[in-house]
Amino acid sequence: MKFYGGKSVTDVALTINNKKHIQNVPDHMLLVDFLRETLKLTGTHIGCDTSQCGACVIHVNGKSIKSCTMLAVQADGCEITTIEGLADGDILHPMQQAFHENHGLQCGFCTPGMIMTAIELIEGNTDITEQQIRHGLEGNLCRCTGYQNIVKSIQEAARIEHH
Amino acid sequence: MYSFSYVKPGSVEEASGLLSNSEENKVISGGMTLLPTLKQRLARVENLIGLEKCGLEKITLEEGVLKIGAMATHDDVSISKLVKAENPAIAELASQIGDRQVRNRGTIGGSLANNDPSACYPAAVLALAGIIHTSKRYIKAKDFFVDLFETALEEDEIITAISLPKPEKAAYEKFPNPASRYAMVGVFVAKFEAETRVSVTGAGEGGVFRCREIESALSNQFLPESLSDIDIPAEGMISDIHAEADYRAHLTVEMAKRAVAKSLAR
Repeated sequence: MKFYGGKSVTDVALTINNKKHIQNVPDHMLLVDFLRETLKLTGTHIGCDTSQCGACVIHVNGKSIKSCTMLAVQADGCEITTIEGLADGDILHPMQQAFHENHGLQCGFCTPGMIMTAIELIEGNTDITEQQIRHGLEGNLCRCTGYQNIVKSIQEAARIEHH
Repeated sequence: MYSFSYVKPGSVEEASGLLSNSEENKVISGGMTLLPTLKQRLARVENLIGLEKCGLEKITLEEGVLKIGAMATHDDVSISKLVKAENPAIAELASQIGDRQVRNRGTIGGSLANNDPSACYPAAVLALAGIIHTSKRYIKAKDFFVDLFETALEEDEIITAISLPKPEKAAYEKFPNPASRYAMVGVFVAKFEAETRVSVTGAGEGGVFRCREIESALSNQFLPESLSDIDIPAEGMISDIHAEADYRAHLTVEMAKRAVAKSLAR
């Protein structure tokens, strides 16, 4: 765990996966560390920690963001969705289901970020083309290079959403 | 990251007051450059002053001129109906910055204040003869961009908005770095009734600049073919592992041609 010393702390009130939280956080704590270390929501991953790989993508007020490049205090008052907030009990979110059925993951490390980006990507754009999907995944890296099936998964999720 | 305090002033006046209190205080907008810098301990701040409560994100038409709030994100700009109607080249430029997560956080004010030599917005603001509104004054684009990562902003001065005059024709074309999408060369062409202005980002050793050779060739005839015989000197162009100076000079003309063609096709 990263050491977050220092004297400045702030109370933040935010909603994460439909659950309200009020927490005292160090001002310089990254949102991803708050999720993983404080709330133990470890589905959001830290890959590069330099806002390039996209393993830490979550939704803040419905927009995909890299949580390694946002502070927890900046999320005060926000609605946050992480990978843990998608499934309804045992029923997977359609995007998760599509990844499952199309073998859209190999080692799985990039998957939470890929899925969070993909959900935003097809929102209001279910006619999305393969090229648009590839372009839209610019901010997410898969070190297994399993892009073919990731793209296929997103195409299928878009098709299902469309019908 | 070194520890700091995060403050969220409710107005620009309050924010400037905090900024002038200490050189150790810094303003943060989207944080797409500043946060990585802080994380690597390349910078250290006492107080980080967040501008999110200052009401600077509005995009409006003021006396017929498009005015974009400094805190408008690249995503806000790229989907704004007003920007698309008034100045579609700006919406298009914004839609091509970084990746979608960067566009959801990064802001126009932050990009201009940082004046990264590979940033896209400086090319647009200079070519359109934009006005940078700050907490103290208005600064013309030609006086604003001073050098790499250096602007006319004073230590306690905060960008509040950017006004961009409407051109007859305009477009931006960039040659993106294949890995990071920043402009290895980006060219913004803007045709006004009285003049044609062309600005280049990503290429100049001193940051964004106007390219007079291309401008004068286009003032005769605003067509891609007008640039067929143009040669830009490699002198003063950035040379690095991604592209040597003469390649950047060549790309400048090529991007300008494509931008002209794109603006005419709109």
